[in-house]
Amino acid sequence: MITRILSTTTTEFRIARRNRWVTITAAMMVLFSIVLSAAGSAPTGALGVDRLSVVVASLTSLAVYLVPLVALLMSFDAIAGEVERGTLPLLLTYPVTRGEVLLGKLLAHLGIVSVAVLLGYATAAVAAIAVDASALDGLPALWRLFWTSVLLGATFLCLGYAASAIARRPSGAAGLAIGLWLVIIVLYDLGLLAAIVSDNGGAFTTRVFPWLLVLNPADAFRLYNLAASDATAAASGLAGAAGSIPVWHPLLSLLLWPVAGFGLAILAFRKVQP
Amino acid sequence: MTAILTLSHLTKRFGNAAALEDVSLTVEPGERVALLGHNGAGKSTMMKIILGLIPRDQGDVSISGHAPGTQAARDLTAYLPENVAFHPALTGAEQIRHYLRLRGDDPAKAYDLLDRVGLAAAADRRIGTYSKGMRQRVGLAQALIGAPRLMVLDEPTSGLDPVSRRDFYSLLDDLAAHGTAILLSSHALTEVEARTDRILILSGGRLVASGTLADLRAQAALPVVFHLEPRAGQADAVAAEFDGATSEGHRITFACAQGDKMAMLARVAGLGDRVVEFDVQPPSLDDVYTHVSRRDGR
Repeated sequence: MITRILSTTTTEFRIARRNRWVTITAAMMVLFSIVLSAAGSAPTGALGVDRLSVVVASLTSLAVYLVPLVALLMSFDAIAGEVERGTLPLLLTYPVTRGEVLLGKLLAHLGIVSVAVLLGYATAAVAAIAVDASALDGLPALWRLFWTSVLLGATFLCLGYAASAIARRPSGAAGLAIGLWLVIIVLYDLGLLAAIVSDNGGAFTTRVFPWLLVLNPADAFRLYNLAASDATAAASGLAGAAGSIPVWHPLLSLLLWPVAGFGLAILAFRKVQP
Repeated sequence: MTAILTLSHLTKRFGNAAALEDVSLTVEPGERVALLGHNGAGKSTMMKIILGLIPRDQGDVSISGHAPGTQAARDLTAYLPENVAFHPALTGAEQIRHYLRLRGDDPAKAYDLLDRVGLAAAADRRIGTYSKGMRQRVGLAQALIGAPRLMVLDEPTSGLDPVSRRDFYSLLDDLAAHGTAILLSSHALTEVEARTDRILILSGGRLVASGTLADLRAQAALPVVFHLEPRAGQADAVAAEFDGATSEGHRITFACAQGDKMAMLARVAGLGDRVVEFDVQPPSLDDVYTHVSRRDGR
């Protein structure tokens, strides 16, 4: 079983490298990190936190958009592409389960997301530490940002696989993936904001809102990274919002989402008849 | 001998249309069976059911006692799909190594396999640069992995040139000699005629004929055709000897039933030196096939 999964991973990684996905994602993350490091260098003194924590706060807001986008871009073709190329029927006559195929792909794509995120964040860290030695204090926050980004990436890779299996055509899967991104990352928060404004501090804001925030993987990611570090929260100016929810809530959400996403992807993949 | 593949009363419907209707057959070890039929006759559907890719509605399928699609059945079976495709970014060797690992085999055998199908020189080039015939050979190479007990080949020789076809059938002969059961579909009736042990004809989802070519000829009871070339000046006299003979240039053509073949031959021999050349033409698979599939309402 392990051989079959790892062979799929190696093959998928090779394909992604030849399709320039590895280069594109890594370059994108590094580029954005450099831009953010340069732009976010001003306000440190006023807030009394180290430079890297400020950068981590900026990176958090960046990663919440970019990591899901990159993950969806890489995964939407995973099953629909095999259907379109006509490679799926042959593959499924091999003694390999659909779960093994999916897990093999996930490991390859998650590896690429991790490398890209690591390179991007490392660039930001080096830039911060080079000009401010106290920035070393921010390393734990950066490390936390890294592994939560990987979890966020895993979640959206799996959602991308599910979209790919449900659509069965690359064009449909691409549309579905962009729709997912728009709804989960952008519209969800806008909707919550509108609800809070109209609720005006009522029961929705105090009882329902924190749960809805935690249920969304992107919001959970943001919350956890801000809540787990006072310095980062201060730097982001969102300490109040993050402080009202226990830290383990968003953490649990972040841990459960990849599992739920993978389950969803397998269910959708099982329904695909080659 | 126990059959490798057994289908009993297999039925599959897509909506109201019956794709396969009460199909029963067996394939023994070492047997090469050709599956013929028009487009849409149910050949590919039958193959996909045998491979466990799509479910059946009624009836039973067994691959050496295992249900299709189970791990055990997949371990025993190799498949070459029609218009086989691979990811264009991989090289032939990388693709075959991956398939070897999926079967729990040694990836180092990849070059050997590609060599057997005549692709050794292109093994390290990306499949995206291959011709259709070369992709078909990669498909064949992957089907050879691990000496399968049952090979299911959907239009395996499409896209191959005549020389490659001959090589391909000799590979199949080797496999069959070692006990692999082979089920292949084809449109190229003439090549199937010479290189398979048994022929199945599907028409409208029903198995309308099964047997060796000789069996099928006998069942179809199609006439045997004689061609004679008479000595100069004897054409009319010779033509008059046979009922329904037609002459075309200096060639005389007439037909007789299968059973009268020997008697007719004796009469031709009795003509002595009035005939310079003669030729007997049994009904070809083309004729049998056309006859059988027409009879069944096509």
